[in-house]
Amino acid sequence: MSGLVPVPGGGNPPLPRSDVPAIELDGLVKRYRKADRNAVDGISLTVARGEFFALLGPNGAGKTTTLSILTTTLAPTGGRARIDGLDVVADAAAVRQRVGIIFQRPSLDRNLTGEENVRFHAVLYGLYPYAPAFRMMAAAYREQVAAWSELLGLGADVFKPVRTYSGGMLRKLEIVRSLVHRPRVLFLDEPTTGLDAPSRRALWAYLRDVRAADGTTIVLTSHYLEEAEQADRICVVDAGRVVATGSPAELTAALAGESLLVDAADRAALRAELAGMGLAPAGDGPFRLAVRTADVHRVLRAVATPLSMVRTDAPSLEDAYLQIVSRAELDTEVMGRPAPASGAGLPTPEAGDG
Amino acid sequence: MAEAAAPHELTARRKGAPLPRRWQAELSAVAVIAHRDFVKLLRDRLRLLSELAFPLVLVLLLGPALQSGFGAPGGVSLTGFVFSGVLAQTIWQSAVLGLVSLVADREEDFSQEVFVSPASRYSIVAGKIIGESLVALPTGLGIVVVGLLIGVPLPLPVLVALVPTSLFVALNGGAFGLLLLSRVGSQRAANQIFPFLLLPQYFLAGVFNPIHGLPLPLAVLSALSPLRYAVELTRNAIYGLQPGVPAPETTAAPINAAVLGASLLAFLVAGTFLFVRAERNR
Repeated sequence: MSGLVPVPGGGNPPLPRSDVPAIELDGLVKRYRKADRNAVDGISLTVARGEFFALLGPNGAGKTTTLSILTTTLAPTGGRARIDGLDVVADAAAVRQRVGIIFQRPSLDRNLTGEENVRFHAVLYGLYPYAPAFRMMAAAYREQVAAWSELLGLGADVFKPVRTYSGGMLRKLEIVRSLVHRPRVLFLDEPTTGLDAPSRRALWAYLRDVRAADGTTIVLTSHYLEEAEQADRICVVDAGRVVATGSPAELTAALAGESLLVDAADRAALRAELAGMGLAPAGDGPFRLAVRTADVHRVLRAVATPLSMVRTDAPSLEDAYLQIVSRAELDTEVMGRPAPASGAGLPTPEAGDG
Repeated sequence: MAEAAAPHELTARRKGAPLPRRWQAELSAVAVIAHRDFVKLLRDRLRLLSELAFPLVLVLLLGPALQSGFGAPGGVSLTGFVFSGVLAQTIWQSAVLGLVSLVADREEDFSQEVFVSPASRYSIVAGKIIGESLVALPTGLGIVVVGLLIGVPLPLPVLVALVPTSLFVALNGGAFGLLLLSRVGSQRAANQIFPFLLLPQYFLAGVFNPIHGLPLPLAVLSALSPLRYAVELTRNAIYGLQPGVPAPETTAAPINAAVLGASLLAFLVAGTFLFVRAERNR
């Protein structure tokens, strides 16, 4: 419990000191029983309070296992994991009070009403004593229900079984429910799977508001790269190890894949001119040149040959992600050694200091 | 969703009154988990009907068929005999299977939410056992109603005595289910071992056959069957309170109750310990 200071007025759990990170993983290892390799293989990383952090990786990379350890439903085999300075093993109950999770698969009871699903959550988290009916619940709870049913546009449908709700509404209700106990860290495990584009956008707008209002730390795993693009930092994991960490821009830039594609009716003249500029064009044209977007203007101004085609290619986060993962897999499978983060031209994962 | 957003209002904790104390919160968690199971059953009419189907076939067809074929050995009505056995077996088994369903539930619906909540693992187990025991009772009520309709003598004192008896039987089944749950990793594994664990008990427990005077090996196995004590205690309640009705041979009620209580405690302690351990060390 070290690192915690009580909040004046009491009531809420004590807030951690501001210098305590929201999440610290220190050499985290998990090997499932009867497995021949580690699902999580020495992951060390730190997530600052209020940060929007994305965990990316192919299927089986260890993302969900890491989330399960952080939400205390799985014990690690080695290393340490802390939430708000609290150990996920030794202080599991206190950690559970501080985290919320939106599961990959819906976790609402379809035969229960929207209100019952949220009420059961609130009681499980010790916010209100149990009462067998909505009318018998505390007034503060009933006010809260009125607030969020208005927010979701549910009205009286909040007292109907959730199996009558649309897919988008179910997801929104899950998110509202996960925030009822005001978690300090919210884990989102592929949260927008199965949602249409407007619902996805609305969900992210809502989560942005939650972050702004409460300073909630958000940890996302997603297959939608454009969602991860909004993260403050991205950590790419593969085969249970961190292979790259950095902001989306850092990860993309580190691959230095920007290029300029030019062509001309008189390709021989263009080739000679480009060679004279030291750009060493290969092939018979069109010519792909290793020119960063920032230098494109300078290069084009210097070319006298009339151009028939100009195109710039900047790698997307998706390109960067695919390159990072394929390099890591090559290192692991062909070279027979674990994927190094340094020396591969990628932003380095945090050292063992967690 | 965003335009009306006021997350701080939405998630604001209750003002004024303090949060429930830890023990109150744990009791509330037990109650809410049990409540949820019971409400889910009541709203799932198809499940209610399907749970009644098999026992009703036995009560409506097997009992009367035996009765007409064999008459009433020793004056004991076979319709009533099968009814009492099936009543106990259905309630006990319903609780066993309800607990084991936690394996499948963990992967979906509300149970995954329960496991990440701060409620203690012991509260989760207690809530689940109480919930599944309550869930078994409506099915039992359905069987009793059918028993009354086909003329099984069930005077009011018997009906009253059947309530705590059935709850006791269900709790034992729930605790046995917990022990099973702690040893199986998946619903598939559970389905595979059930034919070996549950079906033999139908006969060893004497659900529809006599068990007093069995050859030694079968008598030993019968004595090891927890369902046996559930069936016999139910018969103690039904026949013990109707002195005029010819009764089948049963072990004395205090012995049945003691064994049922002791095994409940043993299953509960071992099952909770193993379940909590297995849950974290997957």
